[in-house]
Amino acid sequence: MVLATALPSEQVHITTDPITEPFWQAAKEGRLAAPKCAACGHFRLPPTPYCPECQSPEVEWVELSGRAEVYSFAVVHGFPGLPDITLVPVVVDLPDAPGARLVSNVIDIEPGDVEIGMQLTVDFHPIADGWQLPVFRKAQ
Amino acid sequence: MANNGLRDVAIVGIGATEYYKRGESWPRTTTEMACEAILNACADAGISVKDIDGFAYYSGASAGYGDKMDTADFMECLGIDEVTFTAALTSGGGGAAGSIGLARAAIVAGDATVVVTVMALQQAKQRLGTVFSAAAPNPINSFLQPSGLAGPGHLMSVLARRHMHLYGTTRDAFCEIALTERENAQNRPKARFRGTPLTREDYFNARMIAEPLCLYDFTQENDGAVAVITTSTERARDMRQRPVPVVAAAHGGRREWGRAFAWMGMPDEYFASAGNRPIADRLYKQAGLTPADIDVALLYDHFTPMVLMQLEDYGFCERGEGNDFVLGGNIRYSADPRPGQIPVNTHGGQLSEAYIIGMTHIMEGVEQMRGTAINQVTDAQHALVTGGPASLPVSGLILGRSDS
Repeated sequence: MVLATALPSEQVHITTDPITEPFWQAAKEGRLAAPKCAACGHFRLPPTPYCPECQSPEVEWVELSGRAEVYSFAVVHGFPGLPDITLVPVVVDLPDAPGARLVSNVIDIEPGDVEIGMQLTVDFHPIADGWQLPVFRKAQ
Repeated sequence: MANNGLRDVAIVGIGATEYYKRGESWPRTTTEMACEAILNACADAGISVKDIDGFAYYSGASAGYGDKMDTADFMECLGIDEVTFTAALTSGGGGAAGSIGLARAAIVAGDATVVVTVMALQQAKQRLGTVFSAAAPNPINSFLQPSGLAGPGHLMSVLARRHMHLYGTTRDAFCEIALTERENAQNRPKARFRGTPLTREDYFNARMIAEPLCLYDFTQENDGAVAVITTSTERARDMRQRPVPVVAAAHGGRREWGRAFAWMGMPDEYFASAGNRPIADRLYKQAGLTPADIDVALLYDHFTPMVLMQLEDYGFCERGEGNDFVLGGNIRYSADPRPGQIPVNTHGGQLSEAYIIGMTHIMEGVEQMRGTAINQVTDAQHALVTGGPASLPVSGLILGRSDS
C-alpha cells in the first residue's frame, strides 16, 4: 500500500513579502487564514495587494475552520531527486472563504481513494526555515 | 464588401536548425542556433539578413524559461545595421502565434519593414519538464511549488482531471491525440520520433507521470531554433516565396483564465478549458470566418488534453464534446478531409516532431498555405495556429493562401 505524502520538510522552501506574510505567520502558529477584502468581503488567494472586485487595498485576515473540498487533483509519481515519492497535489475550495482556492497536498491517503468533492481538513507540515505548510487529510 | 481578413502583412520566410533531444545540442549555444534559424529564414525569403529591421518576440524574449535572447546580440553576431522595432509579448509560450501579430503591429504602424520572430532552446543546464521544481522560491510560487507540481504538465494534469470529471472525457481521447500526432510525424525527415510508431498498447503501458497523464501525454523536450520573417503584403510580392497572408492575429485573454494553472483560481467554465475562447472569437471576427472555414489546425500541444480543450475553445466541437469528437477520428490527417473533420498538427506537433515552444506550428501553417507541406491538405485555404495554453497572453493566428 502506497500512501501519499508531502515533500520532505527540508526540501520545501518558501519566501514571503508583506502582502503574503500573514498567511505564513498564521500557518506557523497552526492556523489557516485567508485575506478578505475589508471593503466588499471578497476572499482571494494567493494574497494580492488590491481586491480584484472593488480595488480596495484594505484586508482583514480571517481564521478559517480548516475544512476544504477537493476541486481537482493529480497523482504525481516521483520528483527530482525523489524517484519513489508519491504525491497527491490538490486544488481545494475553502467553504468558509468562497472564491479562494489553495494548491496543497492530500497526505496519508491511498491515491486511489482521493476523489473530486471529497471533504478534507487542514494539518500543518513543517518545512525549511521554521515555517509550516498547510496540507490536508481526509475529513473523519 | 465581404470581410476578407487583415491581409496587410504576410509571412515570407521560415527557417530552422536541426532538432535535438534536450541538452544534446551542446556545445551549440542559443545565440548560435537562433542566428542559424534567422539566416535560414532569410535565405528562404531570398533577402539579406541586413534587411531585417525589426524583432518581435514572445515569452519576454526568453529562450525557453532559463536562458535569454537579445536583439543586440543578434545584431552584433549577424551584422544587422539598424533596428527600428524590438519588443516582446509578455509571459511564456502562450504568445507564440501572437508574436506574428506583434510583428504586424510594427509593420502596420510604419515602425519596421522586415520583422523576424525567433525562438531558440538549449536545455543542457535545466530541463523544461521540471522547471518549476528548480525555480527559486518567490512569494507567489510559494503557493504552488510546495505541492510537488514540478512542471507544466503536472499543473495541466489537474485541469485535465477536472475536464474528465465534468464531461466524462477519457484517456482514450488523449491517447488518440498522441497516436494521431505520432502517425503524422512518421514521414517528417527532422522528427525525432520518425520511425518510432506509437501504439495504443504503448500508450496504456506507459509510465504515469502525473495522473491522469502518462509519458505520451507530455511533449518532448528539445533543443533547436526556428525563425519566421514577416513583412508588408506589398513588399512580400517581390520576395522568393509565395506570400502567406496573415488573415487574423490576436493575443490576450480574460482574467477568469489569468495565470491559469499557475493560479488555479479559474471558474469551472475556464478551469476545464484552454483559455483560448476569447482569442477564437476575435480571430473569427477579424477574418470573417467560422470554424468550418479552417482547413488545418496547428494547435499548441505541450500536453494532449490541451489539444482537446482547444478543439472546444476554437469551436470545432461544443464544450464538453472533445472526447467524442477526437474518438470519432475527426482530427486524423487526410489530404481531403470530409466536412466536420479538421486535420490537427499535420507536422507531428510538439508531441512527435519537435518542441520549440510553438514555432513549428507557425512553420507548418506557412507550408500548408504555400502548398508545400509534407502532409499537405489539398487546396487548404486557411490554417489556424495557436499559442499557449499558458498564463496570459494566449494567442492565435489565421493564415491564408495568396493568389500568386
